[in-house]
Amino acid sequence: MNLENTVRGGSGRKFNAGKFFLRWEWMLVFLFVIVNIFNSSISSYYWQPETFMDAPMSFLDKAFMVMPMALVLLLGMIDISVGSTVALASVLMGVSYRAGMPMGLAMVVCLAVGTGCGMINGLILAKYDEQQLPSMIITLATMTIYRGLALIILKDQSVGNFPSWFSYLGWGYVGGVPFILIAFAVFAVFFLILLHKTSFGRQLYGMGNNLKACRYSGIKTARNKILVYTMLGFMAGVCALFLTSKMGSTRPNVANGYELEVIAMAALGGFSTFGGKGNMIGAILAAFIIGFLRYGLGLINASSELILIIIGVLLIASVLASNVKPKMKLPEEKESPEKKSQ
Amino acid sequence: MKRQLLASICACTLLAASLLSACSSGGGNAQQTGGEAGSGQESSAASGSAASTGSSGGKKLAFVVKSTGNPYMERMIDGFKDVASKLGHTVVVKEPEQPTAEAQISMINEVVAQKVDGIAVAANDPDALQPILSKAKEKGIKVVSCDSSVNAQSRDVHVNQADPVAIGKALVEAAYDMTGGKGEFAILSATSQATNQNAWIAQMKEVLKNSKYANLKLDKIAYGDDLRDKSTTEMEGLLKSYPNLKCVVSPTTVGLAAASKVLVDQGYAEKIKITGLGLPSEMATYIEKGVCPYMYLWNPIDVGKLTAYTLDALVQGKIKGEMGETFEAGDMGSKKVTTAADGGTEILLGDPFKFDKENIGQWKSVY
Repeated sequence: MNLENTVRGGSGRKFNAGKFFLRWEWMLVFLFVIVNIFNSSISSYYWQPETFMDAPMSFLDKAFMVMPMALVLLLGMIDISVGSTVALASVLMGVSYRAGMPMGLAMVVCLAVGTGCGMINGLILAKYDEQQLPSMIITLATMTIYRGLALIILKDQSVGNFPSWFSYLGWGYVGGVPFILIAFAVFAVFFLILLHKTSFGRQLYGMGNNLKACRYSGIKTARNKILVYTMLGFMAGVCALFLTSKMGSTRPNVANGYELEVIAMAALGGFSTFGGKGNMIGAILAAFIIGFLRYGLGLINASSELILIIIGVLLIASVLASNVKPKMKLPEEKESPEKKSQ
Repeated sequence: MKRQLLASICACTLLAASLLSACSSGGGNAQQTGGEAGSGQESSAASGSAASTGSSGGKKLAFVVKSTGNPYMERMIDGFKDVASKLGHTVVVKEPEQPTAEAQISMINEVVAQKVDGIAVAANDPDALQPILSKAKEKGIKVVSCDSSVNAQSRDVHVNQADPVAIGKALVEAAYDMTGGKGEFAILSATSQATNQNAWIAQMKEVLKNSKYANLKLDKIAYGDDLRDKSTTEMEGLLKSYPNLKCVVSPTTVGLAAASKVLVDQGYAEKIKITGLGLPSEMATYIEKGVCPYMYLWNPIDVGKLTAYTLDALVQGKIKGEMGETFEAGDMGSKKVTTAADGGTEILLGDPFKFDKENIGQWKSVY
């Protein structure tokens, strides 16, 4: 397509204004606006300043994991053990604190356990392709192993009584803005830069599109896989910190089902499970869309079952729409290398 | 491409349909009230006309229960809504899909955002709700727990169905009786953090220390999470792991019903007896068959009603939830605030009631 206003960017690629605005991420922005309009029309309690500070608290703990999960999906792989990792990290933090460890150190334990669990996943999956060793099966196994470990350690009990400053993580405000939102923003910036501005990010895109070619061109595919899974494990530890702080106590069956919610957010964000495409902004926007939609539906006291149905159908509708759109709108567009790396 | 287009149109239609049903069910869920649909017009007209009975109504009360699909909870909700609407208040009911504390935290957050005047909660965890309930209290919202309490700092007062000491003693006596004075028994409870079940089990353990029960051995406490399928599998596990079991005590209605079914289905009805806290409607067949000789409970509808009366008294400013206060609980008479075992205050409904072959016929249709 020839548009009048194309500009040569620094990387040598033409800036095509039409294509820029038809991107999936703008659809998500549009969807976010729709969700807000919908929410405020069904409930008079929605449109107040506290909403935008309070609503994030309900989903941001999961959202920490959406960003590295997006990277895993980008590789064409998956990790369904994150919920169990959160549980194990949280349980070990609680048990360490109960055994007398200072709280600060227990928090480090939490992060270390999360990172370790992620690293184990990465190490197992590093050397083999998806066809030989599917990541779904391996992470399914680690999902049950990590959860089982948590249950062995704490059995049916709960452990709590953390110092009162610990609840600041999940509930505290810094000048009117929730602390958890600030922490999320910091990590969001980190992952945005990582994926879009570093060569590591470009390597991930390459691996997602053609793993063999990347390996033969000298990219350290094994190392990258380990790094991505380790990052996901670390962020699961971060999630565990905030979740435990929010609840003030922990037990082995926390974070049940978190992995599917996180994957749903990443998928809505434009990261196909086949890998190779997606933009980090999309994942972040998708987390906010699903989170705010849940919150808005909760304000009108819709039943939990109905909320599940709506989220599920939203996911199907948006993924289908995103696949239909490019073929409809740009019929003359040939398969260009640019389109896949959006 | 045409097929994909068709598929996405279908999906969008489905989405629109479910969103529309959310709007209408959102109104339906908060029954006896207008929902939030429309331009935020509080339909206090509907509730205003009902407020002709004495006390000024017009407040908004929320009730957060343990989980959805639990008949005991449903009956508490019925009693609560009955009294609250009679007093002219609007009611919001929240039932979590899973019996977890996290779900209750989100739901309490949502009702706080809806600016309710009072919250009643049957807690899944005594301590996990403290941060969010403290936030609610700071905003001037009154907090009452019922059935399963939250810790003393999180609430204004607790509505307790019966004295835990009395319950513990009654259940141990029943097990003693059904095992013939000696033997093994097991407990099938709800979730492992449930405040009420844990309080009753703790009392049972205290009673067991008495030398009278020296030959009565507690094998295991299993947790069915108040979920029918999990309770069934836990019960089957108990039967396999402890072949010498003579009696099972289940201090939760879901567990008692599920376990009784397992006993009858697998042919243990003669060998093993079961007792605990059960709903007459669910347990009538098992009591008549004899696999459950007798059991205890109280009226959950009354628990709901008393909770509504208490919350009403709190939001109207008639009581503060402090020790020694009294108030009028409508047709339930005068109630007094006493000290609770956990250091807070509570209001007692009454004593546990025994259901057996003689009286089950008249009670099974009541609740």
